[in-house]
Amino acid sequence: MAEISKEQVKHVANLARLEFDDEAVEQMANELSSIIGYAEQLNELDTENVKPTTHVLDLKNVMRKDEPKKWITQEEALKNAPDQKDGQIRVPSILE
Amino acid sequence: MNFETIIGLEVHVELKTASKIFSPSTNEFGSAPNTNVNPIDLGYPGTLPVLNEEAVNFAMKAAMALNCEVATDTKFDRKNYFYPDNPKAYQISQFDQPIGEHGWIEIEVNGKKKKIGITRLHLEEDAGKLTHGEDGYSYVDYNRQGTPLIEIVSEPDMRSPEEAYAYLEKLKNIIQYTGVSDVKMQEGSLRCDANISLRPIGQEEFGTKAELKNLNSFSFVQKGLEFEEKRQEKVLLSGGEILQETRRYDEKTKETILMRVKEGSDDYRYFPEPDLVPLYIDEAWKERIRSEIPELPDARRARYVSELGLSEYDANVLTASKQMSDFFEEAAGLGADIKQVSNWLMGEVSAYMNKHYKEIEELAITPAALAKMIKLIEDGTISSKIAKKVFAELVENGGDPEKIVEEKGLVQISDPEQLKQVVNDILDQNEQSIIDFKDGKKKAKGFLVGQIMKATKGQANPPLVNEILAAELEKR
Amino acid sequence: MSLFDSTIKELEAKLHNQEITVEDLVKESYGQIKKVDGDVHAFLTLDEEKALEKARELDKREDKSGVLFGIPAGIKDNIVTKGLRTTCASQFLDNFNDPLYDATVVEKLNAENPVAVGKLNMDEFAMGSSNENSGYEPTRNPWNTDHVPGGSSGGSAAAVAAGEVLFSLGTDTGGSIRQPAAFCGVVGMKPTYGRVSRFGLVAFASSLDQIGPLTRTVEDNARVLEVIAGHDKMDSTSADVEVPAYTEALTGDVKGLKIAVPKEYLAEGVSEEVKNAVLEALKVYEKLGATWEEVSLPHSKYALSTYYLLSSSEASANLARFDGVRYGVRSENAENMLDMFVKSRSEGFGDEVKRRIMLGTFALSSGYYDAYYKKAQKVRTLIKNDFDKILADYDVIVGPTTPTPAFKVGENTSDPLTMYLNDILTIPVNLAGVPGISIPCGFSQEGLPIGLQIIGNYFDESTVYRAAHAFEQATEHHKKRPQLGGAK
Repeated sequence: MAEISKEQVKHVANLARLEFDDEAVEQMANELSSIIGYAEQLNELDTENVKPTTHVLDLKNVMRKDEPKKWITQEEALKNAPDQKDGQIRVPSILE
Repeated sequence: MNFETIIGLEVHVELKTASKIFSPSTNEFGSAPNTNVNPIDLGYPGTLPVLNEEAVNFAMKAAMALNCEVATDTKFDRKNYFYPDNPKAYQISQFDQPIGEHGWIEIEVNGKKKKIGITRLHLEEDAGKLTHGEDGYSYVDYNRQGTPLIEIVSEPDMRSPEEAYAYLEKLKNIIQYTGVSDVKMQEGSLRCDANISLRPIGQEEFGTKAELKNLNSFSFVQKGLEFEEKRQEKVLLSGGEILQETRRYDEKTKETILMRVKEGSDDYRYFPEPDLVPLYIDEAWKERIRSEIPELPDARRARYVSELGLSEYDANVLTASKQMSDFFEEAAGLGADIKQVSNWLMGEVSAYMNKHYKEIEELAITPAALAKMIKLIEDGTISSKIAKKVFAELVENGGDPEKIVEEKGLVQISDPEQLKQVVNDILDQNEQSIIDFKDGKKKAKGFLVGQIMKATKGQANPPLVNEILAAELEKR
Repeated sequence: MSLFDSTIKELEAKLHNQEITVEDLVKESYGQIKKVDGDVHAFLTLDEEKALEKARELDKREDKSGVLFGIPAGIKDNIVTKGLRTTCASQFLDNFNDPLYDATVVEKLNAENPVAVGKLNMDEFAMGSSNENSGYEPTRNPWNTDHVPGGSSGGSAAAVAAGEVLFSLGTDTGGSIRQPAAFCGVVGMKPTYGRVSRFGLVAFASSLDQIGPLTRTVEDNARVLEVIAGHDKMDSTSADVEVPAYTEALTGDVKGLKIAVPKEYLAEGVSEEVKNAVLEALKVYEKLGATWEEVSLPHSKYALSTYYLLSSSEASANLARFDGVRYGVRSENAENMLDMFVKSRSEGFGDEVKRRIMLGTFALSSGYYDAYYKKAQKVRTLIKNDFDKILADYDVIVGPTTPTPAFKVGENTSDPLTMYLNDILTIPVNLAGVPGISIPCGFSQEGLPIGLQIIGNYFDESTVYRAAHAFEQATEHHKKRPQLGGAK
């Protein structure tokens, strides 16, 4: 049975850029443990010689020609941005 | 204790396709911020990537030119990390099936040739550009997002910063010849990170490496590595331990500065990109690309020596940039004397480029004009000295050398009668020099030649002047 | 008697003969929305003004041709619409008022001139089976508003069932069209993966997501799919396979049709009522001249685990772009860059979305990738092989869409796994990539609809529609209408 620790939850949360309070971390650890625990059933299957499926259709070499096309304006590009200045999107700095 | 330096380089090269790798936005450097973007580049919800065929062709071309094996089955993967310049928070890259593997290039340092291995070459998308403002905010421009990029990872085969420099020069040279990139470090179309570690001589196991970033020129790569080599040696000799660090090179202090210490490896959670289907590159496709690769610098260099009779050194200089080499071939192809073309390119042309920080393609002079000018020297229409004046005009403003010579009245005076007149005028004005000459002072003759050239504004045919002057002096 | 008791084809004829106007239809639609949507909550965004304007414009046209001309429709809110707010029922996108472009399906629809009346409610980012994960007021089941409409396309199913629109577009990643269609007693089709372009569908799990229509009748459904299906150069995973005229497949003739009934689909966990309704349906098929045999899809029991690992992994990457930089709601509490990411996402996403992102991030993380993600990809191959094998010998696979009829609001929210079990019969279809439809096949004692699932071979939606239509024409289930305002 897989047991996902609170430390693991915090590590994964950091990778996913999410944060949880202590109570939620504990709950998440329990829920993930039970889901992952359930998924352990896959280990019943011998898949040693089975190829993984990424795409159900056997498509290959889907490409387009190298032709530039104009689509939106700078104004549109910035339209939904929460913060912008001088044609650029503004974000808080790494350190503050 | 003596140490051996181990260097490996990761080089990113932007491919100059017309549009981006996964979207039809224009792929262009230097536009106003966020003008070469569309919802795909901005990672808008619902958008999907579609692969640009030319980006694959270019990556294959580069891989082949670097002696890589090109994959038959290849695919794209998502590399996950958050950063404002990475709009989907994953970069579409290649993880376990790069388009090229097992390549190599040959470098030469201090007359010694050496093969440097290339582990892999893979295709990916470039990120946008994040700049840090004075106001405590950062700013994002997504124009660069989605520019096709190849990452070329070398084997840890280099043993000195000089070798690293030579590797970069060679890599740049080869890629430039293939035509898939501008490889301009100042525009960021070629970027380099360096890994360096030291180990006691005789030890097989590698030491802990440091990664150098923010290396903005090849010479900074070399200087940064030289600094780092010494730093690590000092740490090791004093019994210290090298940490797995990322360091940047500071151009002002000429030192490497710690950015962060890495704890374990980054967890990018690579997985196959479900929005793109796999690539199957068959032999016909590979063959087509192989046939499009132009003559590469090594082959060209060898040909210049064996077929054109140029010295090893001249061949090296001329092929160091594709533009220079192409210029040379075109001028020589128009019938100009090969040695002359080579001398002019390595002399006056290079001097001008260095002085004005210009590339050869930015000069006004064309290969045809240079060839014509050399012919004018050869047939005696202008002297070498006058040619420099013609060249000065050509390199700045371009034009037809014949017309320049004509318009500026620069045609060489080769009429013996006309020259005889000038010579005698000068002799009449310089009695003392004649006496000096007769007294055995050789310098006097040189002075007289100078006066004659001055009187003819340098247009007198020098051998003829010498001949006539000698004869007239005899008569006196 | 509502205009919406007619089929799309009948309404098109009435419009053509000028018995009714498009404005009549749009007013009928908005009339019903005003009457019932306060209880049903099918819509997140409405624009009556714009819809009426479009209706009047269409009424002025000489040329009223075009399949779906003037027909009121609703679009699930994870399908982007230029100039029209698209939230995916997430607070994170509450201010996403202009996605800048139309999804390919919206472009294809627009070419035929239906009238989009608004954007439909759903589980946030399509993660859920009850609509209780909507970041807004959850949709209720029109048959009984104490019950859930299913999910994630709960709004799409409820809007059609409640007579608010004639058809809607939904999306199906693990049953998100078929399960709510079953719960709401409407027809919902998940086409073959690659049949309909995903360009403009806000991705949940890219290798599983498909857009499909929800309608009152099979004929209406086939009509809509004909319009939205087809190859799209903007979607590399869309198939370049010709789209047949699905409506022409509706012959009513299923003589000799070979039906496979997987024993796993009538096993433990499937309620007696549902089982009986399916067995009754099989009798109808027998009467119509079809034959059925019990078969086995032996890896069915692994589908749920496989699905949750794969879909959550893909989702963890697909939803990473919601970082507060270019669009959406950026946290006001962000003091630095890391804060902006963490707080915007933590404040903007609901619990289920976070849970799946966490699960997916874990399954892809260093040291676990092979054990979970890659393992699941391999089991996916086994599940797909099960279907390939059966569909080589049979025309369609038939079974229930869901183990039970619609459950009560709040009944399954305490344990995520119990909730996930709802999709156990629909998920394998997405993993295999084959088409599947849910059609009404009866009612529970409580009066809640029961859905029959018909699964076909790759790109053989025609046979699925033919089988579904023959059953529908032989039964009366699809004619029943919910009495709104009954509960509460």
